[in-house]
Amino acid sequence: MDKPVNQRAWFLVLPVFLLVAFSAILPLMTVVNYAFNDTFGSNAFFWVGLEWFEEVLTSERVHEALLRQLLFSAIILAIEIPLGIAVALTLPKRGIGASVCLVILALPLLIPWNVVGTIWQVFARVDIGLLGAFLSQIGVDFNIGQDSIDAWVVLIVMDVWHWTSLVTLLAYAGLQAIPEAYYQAGRIDQASRWAVFRYIELPKMKGVLLIAILLRFMDSFVIYTEPFVVTGGGPGSATTFLSIDLVKMAIGQFDLGPAAAFSIMYFFVILLICWVFYTVMTNLDRQDLPE
Amino acid sequence: MARITLENVAHSYLSHPRSEADYALKTINLNWDDGGAYALLGASGCGKTTLLNLISGLRQPSQGRILFDSVDVTEAPTTARNIAQVFQFPVVYDTMTVRQNLAFPLRNRGMDGAYIKRRVEAIAKMIGMAGVLDRRARGLTADAKQKISLGRGMVREDVNAILFDEPLTVIDPHMKWELRTQLKSLHREFGHTMVYVTHDQTEALTFADKVVVMHDGRVVQTGTPQELFEAPEHTFVGYFIGSPGMNLLPAEVRGKTATVAGHAIALAADYGNPQGRVQLGIRPDFVSFDAAGDLPVTVTRVEDIGRRRIVRADFRGTEINAHLPEGEPVPSGATRISFGTAQIGIYVDDWRASPNGAAPGEIA
Repeated sequence: MDKPVNQRAWFLVLPVFLLVAFSAILPLMTVVNYAFNDTFGSNAFFWVGLEWFEEVLTSERVHEALLRQLLFSAIILAIEIPLGIAVALTLPKRGIGASVCLVILALPLLIPWNVVGTIWQVFARVDIGLLGAFLSQIGVDFNIGQDSIDAWVVLIVMDVWHWTSLVTLLAYAGLQAIPEAYYQAGRIDQASRWAVFRYIELPKMKGVLLIAILLRFMDSFVIYTEPFVVTGGGPGSATTFLSIDLVKMAIGQFDLGPAAAFSIMYFFVILLICWVFYTVMTNLDRQDLPE
Repeated sequence: MARITLENVAHSYLSHPRSEADYALKTINLNWDDGGAYALLGASGCGKTTLLNLISGLRQPSQGRILFDSVDVTEAPTTARNIAQVFQFPVVYDTMTVRQNLAFPLRNRGMDGAYIKRRVEAIAKMIGMAGVLDRRARGLTADAKQKISLGRGMVREDVNAILFDEPLTVIDPHMKWELRTQLKSLHREFGHTMVYVTHDQTEALTFADKVVVMHDGRVVQTGTPQELFEAPEHTFVGYFIGSPGMNLLPAEVRGKTATVAGHAIALAADYGNPQGRVQLGIRPDFVSFDAAGDLPVTVTRVEDIGRRRIVRADFRGTEINAHLPEGEPVPSGATRISFGTAQIGIYVDDWRASPNGAAPGEIA
């Protein structure tokens, strides 16, 4: 088929290009500017090439933050995805009970990040916190300000509390979309409960679960506010994740050059991961198409 | 394989049905022989699928008992009934290959691997999918998927019955014939009790030994295709079976004479003096044009349907259809018709009356 060619059609994308330019490209370029220059204030810049990038790439501190970040994302995904699915499977399918459950589940998602952080910070305090005080009352040595394991446990439980609902809601939507006929066929074919989950529910939820994994991975990979409020990255640097480290570097130490280089690489890592996810998802679909 | 008995079974989708109108399925008594091929025929929404789902246990009846042979299975869950059912729209397990799909019911029963392989290959050959056994089921066309559903329904040899719920809706016509023939030969070979739900009379009449006609939640007649054609028990059977259906004319009946709008028509037997809404029913096949006929009509339209022609005539505002055999001259304008006396049926309040003054004949 002959497609008409008209280069003036590019003008149609001009508005969106302008919008993106002002919202993303121009701000990003100022970061690029800092990443390749050194500055001593008063807008005087000196070209340093890839020096900042080298510094960040070889920095032990950044490596550790990256490892912590990956570990954190892996742990919360390993908990939230199965837990979210499990909760979705137990929810009522219709009626007033379903609506009530959905509203209750959605509540944590509506709370601002720093409020969530504050809630858990207070909750975990040894002097007045319900959890912290209770644990020390019964003789458990618990202190998120001193023990890094305790800090990690609180952060992970907090994230699970905050975000499992999202996975549940997505999985629930996926489950609701399965036509009743599939369950009927499963019963006719004498499938066990596990077989129904494995061969009917899980395949039908695949799409929403991939989205859930992508969203939760991205969110946990750039997490900042909650751990900052609860632990401030401590004790020591035990819970200093990439974003916290970046802010420390940029605002705490005012190392604008390395921070800018760090930002750019952080951005490309996320872009890369998105691309991988997208490719994997589309390939999974393509594989099933008829020849 | 089993005989299926329904005793006083009724079903309502409401939890507290108040009147008869609340029941999707009015009280039904059925006895289906082991190894029979039955068709459930009726218009959409008459309760066919509900009845099927009661038998397979996907729904529980509001009242009554369901027996397989002499075992009461009313409370038994679907998985315990060992019954196969094929739905109107294809259901395949997306992530499995065609082979795994067909093997699934056998695997769930813990059958031995060699047997499963043999059985799956036999079924695949039957539904014409032996070449694509290792393809993923997901990317297949709708009719290929429906063939898989059919195959899954037939793969178990020891099922009590196989239920088909309008399974050929999505299959293209040429394949329909082939699959229906396959189902028939499968039936002859293995002797499963088969129940086939459809609203297509051709499908019902070619598949089944016995056709069960349902109307408005009731079974109105069970019989061979010939019985349904020759002696419909209910006006619904009369006009639902046959194309076009039975002609029905309001009539007054006294003994051996029916009077239709002042014109007397002789009957084959004495019907006494029936009360209520009395109708005379005659199949288009037994209406003939005849200058000395009983009723004056005006021919309005002639439709050529190939081998035969259908003549539509108007009798005082009521349409009367007639089949015109090949070679007969085509009537036009005002003419007269007569009915084959032996083929006239008398219906009182929609039920066929038996001669000799008997009351409206409900089916046994």
